[in-house]
Order: sequence, then structure tokens, then C-alpha cells
Amino acid sequence: MTYLRTVWLHLRKDLRLEWRSRDAIAGMLFFTLLVTVVFAMAFDPTGFPTLARQMSGGLLWVGLLFAATTALNTSWERERRNQVLDAHRMSASPASALFLGKALANLIFVSVIELALAPVFTVFYNLHPLGEVRWLLLILPLGTWAIVVNGTFFAALGLSSRNRELMLPAVLFPISIPALLGVVQATTGVITGDFEPQLWIRMLLGFDVIFTTACILLFPTVLHAE
Amino acid sequence: MPTTPVPAPAVQVRIASKLYGSFAALKRVSCSFAAGGFHVLLGPNGAGKSTLLRVIAGLITPSAGTVTTLGGSPHNQRDRIAYMSHSPMLYDELSAMENLRYFSRLQHPGATCDCAGSPEMALRAVGLDPTLTRPVSQFSQGMRQRVSMARALVGDPELLLLDEPFSNMDSAGARELVQLLLDFRTWPLSGAAGGLTVIVTTHQYELVSDVADSVVEMRAGSVVTPRAAAA
Repeated sequence: MTYLRTVWLHLRKDLRLEWRSRDAIAGMLFFTLLVTVVFAMAFDPTGFPTLARQMSGGLLWVGLLFAATTALNTSWERERRNQVLDAHRMSASPASALFLGKALANLIFVSVIELALAPVFTVFYNLHPLGEVRWLLLILPLGTWAIVVNGTFFAALGLSSRNRELMLPAVLFPISIPALLGVVQATTGVITGDFEPQLWIRMLLGFDVIFTTACILLFPTVLHAE
Repeated sequence: MPTTPVPAPAVQVRIASKLYGSFAALKRVSCSFAAGGFHVLLGPNGAGKSTLLRVIAGLITPSAGTVTTLGGSPHNQRDRIAYMSHSPMLYDELSAMENLRYFSRLQHPGATCDCAGSPEMALRAVGLDPTLTRPVSQFSQGMRQRVSMARALVGDPELLLLDEPFSNMDSAGARELVQLLLDFRTWPLSGAAGGLTVIVTTHQYELVSDVADSVVEMRAGSVVTPRAAAA
């Protein structure tokens, strides 16, 4: 219970910081809307509905992935500013609770963007999914968690690096390839109705469990690294 | 004839070195700081004061030598040590009370109340109003230093480590801070029998010369003179 209370303490603090600054969400919203509008202008989704269905899953996750990267860097920048990170290093509370609180906060921020993006995406790409839409209730959180759990970890890993903004995508994207493949295929399966997404969802779930466990176990070492 | 038992030092550093590549930030440093005292680490910029303080805090590990803090490894004493750097270590967007509540609960994760050194009490102790709701980013440098001091005290530490607390302060503000530090030596909530042990790094000796129990002078990563202060 104490551990969960500490996770909640970090989560609540991150939500409060974001509510007051709106740094992460504003940046992500602008970026994802830009990607959505630019791609909608690049080809005519109403003229090629099949092509639009086949591409939209990939487009959605490209936008979310790049947008999430900006939020992940912002979330650790708050800890680096004023050397707050040293206060966490000196703290008696478990380091992994800080990681989990921050990852959950990032999950909420990206989920807010997904909620805002869903109607825009549907209208711009004239989407009428042919598969079972209910699977998206699993695919979206699992895919988002895959991005934020690794992203939160690798953003922390790059904190002492001078090129941390470049380093995060360079490390995060290759490691996230299995999750990206799974989430894009599962989303495309739902939108086109050509295949069932369950296999990809199972793969996503496995990826999430493995990487969440590894990140929680390794985070204390990353936090206390000199 | 009975002899008075000598209290164990709060901090004991033995032949500690810290290397960054080929650069030695600390060179075979040995010193000790008595429990319950007000100690000063003196030296110019680049002398290794901050590095030594971070080693004592357990924030960095020495490349060689040993450090004993409060009778054990500094890594195992995190709930008994408070560290304050020249940065305030606060969240700019939060108010002073919000910052203090957050750090207080982090320092005492199992506590169900703020009773062990309440944030209100710590803020009042540094002369600030706990009802101030504006974010600390709107505070003056002196007020931020005071909040930072309250953040350090709210964990009810036995050892208080302060890295250049007087930097960016005018002389009047710095003297007020010294007076506050002296008051905190008898911080009523401290569990330490001899009271709070304070170690301050500074290059402004004139600020602390009258009040220091001991002074360790450093230069180029080495201890030059461990000596009793004039006071």
C-alpha cells in the first residue's frame, strides 16, 4: 500500500505540473494535428477509401510516436531543472515508484491526445472501420503504454547526456519496433477488417509485460548513476 | 581516572579520491566532522568542496577510500540526511506548501500524517507564510533559498549538507541565513542526541567565521588545513 501511495504521489504531482504549465499536451496536440492535416492534404482519402483505411493505422501511430517523444523529454526536464533529481536521489522512497508515476502520467497525457485526435482523424480520413471497433479499447492503451514505458525509461537514461533530445528517438524507435509492428498491424486489422487483431494484441501484451518489468527493475540503477 | 567518552563523528572520510577520467576532483582526502556541530568546508571555486559534500551525501561514490556517514554507508542513511544544493531543488510550478508536502511524504513514505516535522512548521521556521499560494517561480532568490531550507528540514534530518547556500544572495540575506542555520542546530524534532549536524560549503569565510565549530579548508581537490575555528 505504501508503494502504491508513493506512485500516486508522483502521478498526482506530474498531473498538477502539467495542468499548470500545459507544456507536454500543447506540444503533442499541435504536432499530431499537423501530421493529420498534412497527410490528409497529401492524398484524397474520400477518393481512395481502401488506401485510406490501409494507411491510417500507420499514420495515427507515426503522429502519436513522435508527439509522445516531445512529452517524454519534457517530463524529465522538470526533474532536471533546479536539480530536483538530486532530491529524488536522496529520497528514502523507492526509485521505481517515481518511474511508474511518471510513466502513468505520460500514459494519461498521450491518451488525452488520442481522445482529442480520434474525431479529427475520423473526419479527415473519412474512416468507417470495417472490423470490430471494440478491439481498439485494448489496442490503444497497450500500444500507448509500450511507447511511454520505454520512452520514460530511455528519456531518464539520457538525462546526463548532452544530446538527450536526439538520443531518445535514436534509442527508443529501434527498441520499440516489435511494439510498433504489433500496434500498427492490430489497428489496421480493425480499420480494414481484413484480419483479426488478436494475435498482434497478444504480442503487444507480451511486449508490455516484459519491458515494464525490465524498466522497473533497472530504473533505480539509472536514477542513481553518476 | 574516568575518561569522558568521545562521541562518534557524524561523518568520517578516509583517504577518499574521486576521478573523472584523468581529472582528480578529490585527492586522498581525509577529514571528520563531529556530531552536532556546525562545520564549514572552505575553499575557492574548483577546490572540490561540492564533490566532497556529494560524496558525503551518497550522491556520488568515491573512486577510492571510504566514507562513513552517521555510522554507516551514506547510501543506507537517506532518511537521515538532507542535502541542499545551490539550486533550490523545488518545482517552479508548485507553491511552497505543495513542494514541502510532496517532499515530506517522499521522505516518510509510510507516514499517514505530516506530524514528523510538518511542512507548516518548517515554513514558519524559515520565516515564510505557509498560506502563500503563488508558485515558487515567482519568489525572490532569498525566498527560494528559504523554501529550499524548509524542504531540507521537513525530512527531520540528523545531518544537513548545504552546498554554497549563500551564493546569489546579498550580504544581509546571507547573514539572515546563517542565523537561521544556527537556530536549526537545535531543531526540536531531530532524533539525533547531539542535535543537528550541519556541514556548509562556502568561499565566504567571513560569513561563518564566528559561528563555525570547525573549518576544513580545501584547495585543488586536497584538504589543506583541518583546524578548529577561531570561535
